[in-house]
Amino acid sequence: MAEHLVKTYRKGEVRALDDLSLDVAEGTVLSVLGPNGAGKTTVVRILTTLLAPDSGSASVGGIDVVKHPDKVREIIGLSGQYAAVDETLTGWDNLVMFGRLYHLGKKAAVVRADELLERFSLTDSARRPIKTYSGGMRRRLDLAASLIVQPKVLFLDEPTTGLDPRGRQEMWGVIEELVKGGVTLLLTTQYLDEADQLADEIAVIDHGKVIARGTSDALKRQVGGERLEVVVDQDHITATMEIVAKVSGQQASLDAGLRQISAPVTTGAGALIEVLRNLDSAGIHPLDVALKRPSLDDVFMALTGHVAEEEVVAPAGKRGKK
Amino acid sequence: MRAFTDALIITKRQLLQLARVPEVLIFSTIQPVMFVLLFRYVFGGSIATGQPGGYVQLLMPGIFVQTTAFTLAATASGLAEDMTKGLIDRFRSLPISRSALVFGRTLGDGLLNVVVLAVMGLAGYIVGWRPSSGIFKIGLAFIFLLAFGYALSWVGIFAGLAARDARVVQNVSFLITFPLTFLSNAFAPTTGMPRALQYVAEWNPVSTMVAACRELFGLKNQFGATAGSFPSEHPLTMSLIYMVIIVSIFVPLSVRKYTTAAKK
Repeated sequence: MAEHLVKTYRKGEVRALDDLSLDVAEGTVLSVLGPNGAGKTTVVRILTTLLAPDSGSASVGGIDVVKHPDKVREIIGLSGQYAAVDETLTGWDNLVMFGRLYHLGKKAAVVRADELLERFSLTDSARRPIKTYSGGMRRRLDLAASLIVQPKVLFLDEPTTGLDPRGRQEMWGVIEELVKGGVTLLLTTQYLDEADQLADEIAVIDHGKVIARGTSDALKRQVGGERLEVVVDQDHITATMEIVAKVSGQQASLDAGLRQISAPVTTGAGALIEVLRNLDSAGIHPLDVALKRPSLDDVFMALTGHVAEEEVVAPAGKRGKK
Repeated sequence: MRAFTDALIITKRQLLQLARVPEVLIFSTIQPVMFVLLFRYVFGGSIATGQPGGYVQLLMPGIFVQTTAFTLAATASGLAEDMTKGLIDRFRSLPISRSALVFGRTLGDGLLNVVVLAVMGLAGYIVGWRPSSGIFKIGLAFIFLLAFGYALSWVGIFAGLAARDARVVQNVSFLITFPLTFLSNAFAPTTGMPRALQYVAEWNPVSTMVAACRELFGLKNQFGATAGSFPSEHPLTMSLIYMVIIVSIFVPLSVRKYTTAAKK
């Protein structure tokens, strides 16, 4: 989809994209994951023809975004970070207007608007100005507006940033529905759990470069294997540590406060069973046992050396993006 | 053709906005009407014009021009708001013509001017404004006024796209249009101004517009300064030249700015 994209701002001082390449297979979901300022929005803006790259090439659905932006616009849908709808108009007004701008006839635009409002559970508030909508409702309407002509490729730029947990859950539900419908989706997010939940593949970007890419599982594996965690009574800590260390083949570590013993394992569930068997024959009853796979937070930490969400998302953070 | 219908949809959006929040329309007509009343009754008594019908005859063309000049601010702040809200990005990602949005916007602001001018004309009539030139010339004057507002709204488009913040744009546009409308023959004779300012006032497009309208409304342009200068001798021609200059600079500039506009 995108090859060797370079985009600089302020006369080359800021390299927003630094030789970045990406591709999304048809019908799949790619999540572009990165902290604020990593270049996520810039990628989306280039692919949606809003911004021209300084060098490199990009195509959407096989159409070059620089050479034929008009054709690209016909097959994409974009829903941005900031719900881009007319706030003084009602939800219905907005969808009909956008439908008309997508060159649906008057009747078709109205039918489509009603359909989408129904689908995104906005029918009850269809005749209210957007100003009165909650954050989650706005986002849903914004998303609806990007689906008017059933785009081949959908771009969602941080669809849940700034939403409360309930709004996020709702939005996820809506996106999952879409994905089931077979749309090709490029989704940017700074939330690791969001990428984990929604995407087939994840591209981690930082400072305008893709620093890792693969399925969520593959990325986690790349960072390191699983860890076995056992919580036991105070009395059995020493014995348990020995057992865990033996199975793991490596030193076990202890979180004294939680009375939790953990060690890296390579054999997955097999190691778990072995430890449990050994504990059982030693007469130790663990309070809790778990096989932990690394979270994407761990992935990000391991890949970039810094925490993903170190930067505060200020409402005026738009400018920081550039 | 497609571009034109797209533009009309954008225009319709503005009309819908007015329908949803009618206060906007009410207040954008109250302000100029207030100006009519204030100037008519505050200054009207103390400015001797020697004109039959008094100051209001000279005042009305001035206020008409001032009001249409304010279109610049309205267009600019409307566009800047769309910009900051990310709406421009959405429009730009749609398969519509590049010029549809800006074109539609200027059309909408032009339509708003029709309403505002009509209400003002009525208010003027009530307080004694009586244009004496006949229906054809009066109509021509209003078309002229609308054209002037339309030309300036292209400047507004450019300003709105170039700006960082809707409020700044609003303030800056007023900062420009206010002195521009007062540094003219709109409300008082330019002959009372210092020499250098007289010169500016004489060539000011607002002055040429006001003078042109006064002519079309059947007045002798009394507030014009030095006789013999081109703008005061040929206000109509000069105004047309100004409009052509403004449009031919700002239309391409605005469309270009729009296609490359990045959200602020």
